[in-house]
Amino acid sequence: MSNDVADRVKKIVVEHLGVEEAKVVESASFIDDLGADSLDTVELVMAFEEEFGCEIPDDAAEKIVTVQNAVDFISENV
Amino acid sequence: MFDLSGKTALVTGASGGIGSAIAKALHDQGAVVGLSGTRVEALEKVAAELGGDRVHVLPANLSDADAPADLVKRADEAMGQLDILVNNAGLTRDNLAMRLKDEDWDTVLAVNLTASFRLSKACLRGMMKRRWGRIIGITSVVGTTGNAGQTNYAASKAGLIGMSKSLAQEVASRGITVNCVAPGFIATAMTDVLSDDIKENLLSSIPCAKLGSPEDIAASVAYLSSNEAAYVTGQTLHVNGGMAMI
Ligand SMILES: NC(=O)c1ccc[n+]([C@@H]2O[C@H](COP(=O)([O-])OP(=O)(O)OC[C@H]3O[C@@H](n4cnc5c(N)ncnc54)[C@H](OP(=O)(O)O)[C@@H]3O)[C@@H](O)[C@H]2O)c1
Repeated sequence: MSNDVADRVKKIVVEHLGVEEAKVVESASFIDDLGADSLDTVELVMAFEEEFGCEIPDDAAEKIVTVQNAVDFISENV
Repeated sequence: MFDLSGKTALVTGASGGIGSAIAKALHDQGAVVGLSGTRVEALEKVAAELGGDRVHVLPANLSDADAPADLVKRADEAMGQLDILVNNAGLTRDNLAMRLKDEDWDTVLAVNLTASFRLSKACLRGMMKRRWGRIIGITSVVGTTGNAGQTNYAASKAGLIGMSKSLAQEVASRGITVNCVAPGFIATAMTDVLSDDIKENLLSSIPCAKLGSPEDIAASVAYLSSNEAAYVTGQTLHVNGGMAMI
């Protein structure tokens, strides 16, 4: 399950930020490592919400700064 | 030019003089329009004048904190999506500052400014996804010049301009523009209440020597809504017969 979540999260990040798949490792920070700006992070959260059919509240969304953060939140809440 | 076929627009204050003209202009350009206001009968009347199936009546009282999010949701449901938001609903509670009640300050700020922000926020998600959006605030010349007796109103209109400029910077890269239109004195219910003395005085300060019409404002909104205006954002278009050249 968690692998599957990780793969889907990575796919969204690759598509949305237009970065190489190899760079999208668990520890990668959207802003510091993958070149996202703050609006990109808002859009990523929107894309996660749609992909996983869940709602990510603002205070939780603010804590999702790395790929791993996103995988953890989704695995725990979906 | 300014073809809006296939676009959807929500106009607040569509029961009023300027709002109904804006709704008509956008409708004439081919848009599907959602008409909002508190007076259902007046909205129905505007809808009947527009006719056809490209019009929806969406009543809301924007002094309620939850109304903006709910209104955008209903507009989405009725029209499928929301491409153009016109924050036009507005009211005045004029008085000299020394006599102005807290309540009159709060009411004016709540409807003119806070509701406009909440409506804008609520429609951003869809606009960002589609990489296209237009948010237009109807501010006022007094938001820039100030006006004795209108501390609350002028603050709300100046606030709308500052909010629009900031939001414009946040979302420009996503194909969303945020602009304001600032009417001078336009012949509607809002200015009907002015005394003849005041009106006469006003006219002497307007180079065009007449009040503007709601259609003058509506044409500017149609332009800012269009694809042709894609490179215009964070601006305030003053439509005031030259009474203030800013
Ligand atoms: N007329 C002018 O000279 C002039 C000049 C500068 C700026 N403006 C601005 O232009 C805009 C339109 O004004 P107008 O001249 O057309 O005035 P209007 O005829 O009095 O219309 C005002 C509109 O705002 C709506 N509204 C007021 N309070 C509301 C509330 N709590 N919830 C929802 N809707 C509410 C009204 O809806 P209901 O009646 O259905 O409640 C009405 O449709 C306003 O923002 C005004 O500040 C006008």
